[in-house]
Amino acid sequence: MDFDIFLQILIAAVAAGTPFVYAALGELITEKSGVLNLGVEGMMLVGAISGFIAMAKTGSLLVAVFVGMSAGALLSGIFAVLTLTLMANQVASGLALTIFGVGLSAFLGLEYTSIALPGVPEINLPLLAKIPVIGKLFFSFDILIYCSGLLFMAVSWFLYKSKAGLVLRGIGEAPKSAHALGYNVIKIRYMAVLFGGAMAGLGGVYLSVAYTPMWVEGMVAGRGWVSLALVVFATWRPARVMFGAYFFGAITIAQFHIQGFGFDIPAQLLSMMPYIATIIVLVLISRNQNTIRLNSPASLGITYHPDNQ
Amino acid sequence: MLLRIEPRSEPSKTMKYMSPLIAAVLMLISGIIIFTLLGKNPVEAFHAFFIEPVNDLYGIGELFIKASPLMLIGTGLAIGFRASIWNIGAEGQLAIGALFGGYIAILFNDSNGFFILPLMLLSGAVGGMLWAAIPAFLKTVFNANEILVSLMLNYVALLLLALLVHGPLRDPNGYGFPQSVLFADSAILPILVEGTRLHLGVFIAFAGVFVGWIFLLKSFAGFQIQVAGLAQKAASYAGFQYKKLIWIGLLSGGLAAGIAGVLEIAGPIGQLLPTVSPGYGYAAIIVAFVGRLHPGGIFLSSLLMALLYLGGESGQMNLDLPSAVTGIFQGLLLFYLLAADFLINYRICIGALKKEGI
Repeated sequence: MDFDIFLQILIAAVAAGTPFVYAALGELITEKSGVLNLGVEGMMLVGAISGFIAMAKTGSLLVAVFVGMSAGALLSGIFAVLTLTLMANQVASGLALTIFGVGLSAFLGLEYTSIALPGVPEINLPLLAKIPVIGKLFFSFDILIYCSGLLFMAVSWFLYKSKAGLVLRGIGEAPKSAHALGYNVIKIRYMAVLFGGAMAGLGGVYLSVAYTPMWVEGMVAGRGWVSLALVVFATWRPARVMFGAYFFGAITIAQFHIQGFGFDIPAQLLSMMPYIATIIVLVLISRNQNTIRLNSPASLGITYHPDNQ
Repeated sequence: MLLRIEPRSEPSKTMKYMSPLIAAVLMLISGIIIFTLLGKNPVEAFHAFFIEPVNDLYGIGELFIKASPLMLIGTGLAIGFRASIWNIGAEGQLAIGALFGGYIAILFNDSNGFFILPLMLLSGAVGGMLWAAIPAFLKTVFNANEILVSLMLNYVALLLLALLVHGPLRDPNGYGFPQSVLFADSAILPILVEGTRLHLGVFIAFAGVFVGWIFLLKSFAGFQIQVAGLAQKAASYAGFQYKKLIWIGLLSGGLAAGIAGVLEIAGPIGQLLPTVSPGYGYAAIIVAFVGRLHPGGIFLSSLLMALLYLGGESGQMNLDLPSAVTGIFQGLLLFYLLAADFLINYRICIGALKKEGI
């Protein structure tokens, strides 16, 4: 294989993996606090269309990012009220969020289906981008990809080096004890859920404003669900989330290149690849029950309210 | 005046049944608000969306046609949901059911035996169950999360159906359109009421709901499911095998969705298309919850959900309302239900806290 093509695929895989990075790191924080939000797909869709509309109206990436994140956070706020304040079942509420998000995004996007945006320019970091091979691979992406790298560092630092991160993890493991120690479990979980929503929204914005850049109904196409699987696959660790995100980015990209290499495989069969890969990876990681049991936050998905003990 | 929330000493039975009604009313009120925001006359829009579609015999027939797959799948899913087994792959199981049933119809397109329809239903049921068996197998053997696996398989199933309808199952005389041959009369469910499209499938759906009701509330397996849902530990102490319940929970959904797929292609559609369902598999999740996971409730909630589908079509035709509004209503309905369920365990009191004891 031509080395240049290989490099191109690698770069494209990073771009294709970026929506997963945002959505899965956001969900990771949510799940670390003990809350399982299955609404990622819906939040990404609403983030994607809100960001797209903002970009089309103002032309400002900053506004688009802000609007998309706010939309994702707002939607996750509904989930938070249902599950944290009203103590509704997390699985049902998350499903409701996705169904609602699919409908809402289709509705908001009706008048935006035939518009193309200019996209987001790549930034060649001065000097660094000139280094052969590495320069292209690491230092000439668009700004949202750099930001996703920063997000990874911030999340890793927060979870494992900061006191607040320790509290968050403690709440995910044992909310009762955290409450007894005087931490406001509900408030902290609210913040974790809202953060997850904002990041899912941002992942959506990346898709509709930078990656594609246009709006197609249902364009997230299961990436929200793959992100949920990624968190399990990564056994709730940020570095493995990154690896998984780019791995799935590569699979997404591979389907476009396989036909380019002259293999005559029907398009539908190739489109199945990311979904089948998700199932295979999920099976491989879940096979050993202890891997999941030891790594998942102990209170994940279980309703807790201090007044209700 | 002070509003105060206080826990009930025991869950309220009344609220358990009132909460879906509260949710439906709140959804209707939201509908009026949304219509107004869209610049429509709210009374007119409400009429077009919720009354117009069902104000004649034909409309009632359509309502039951749309409700059939929803009540069938909703009942099948409820069996799993009661044991906290989350099959959200009904959309894919429906597609595979349609594929299996449709294959029979295409295979026997030249003959007109009475056996074709039963064989289609059987084949569709097997197809739906096979597709649901994948998450059941992966959950019981490899502990893989059934929510994610069944959901991923929806995408795979829809792509598989599209692939085959674009390829081997395409009508050779269809000018290259991605659709199968039109089914012969022997593969089409007979119309029951003159002047409507109401077909035999509606009664198959009724029968399915009835069987689900017997199974859930009268059989020992149904009892086991109930217990496992309420207290998993108690169920395992009692010796109920959770793995068996996982299989039952997922296969019942697959069975129902597979049959629903056949009802669609042998009913209103009459051939295989790349897309055979407008999201029935997802809407049925809402139907199951709004129906309180009880076949009787599911019957009623499927009618409400069917009305939302019809209203979406009617609103689009008569008032130029975007049909995507239907999806918003469906999501809102489930939100309101989950919120209203709070009142099962809590009540809102007016006035300050009474001083207790000394």
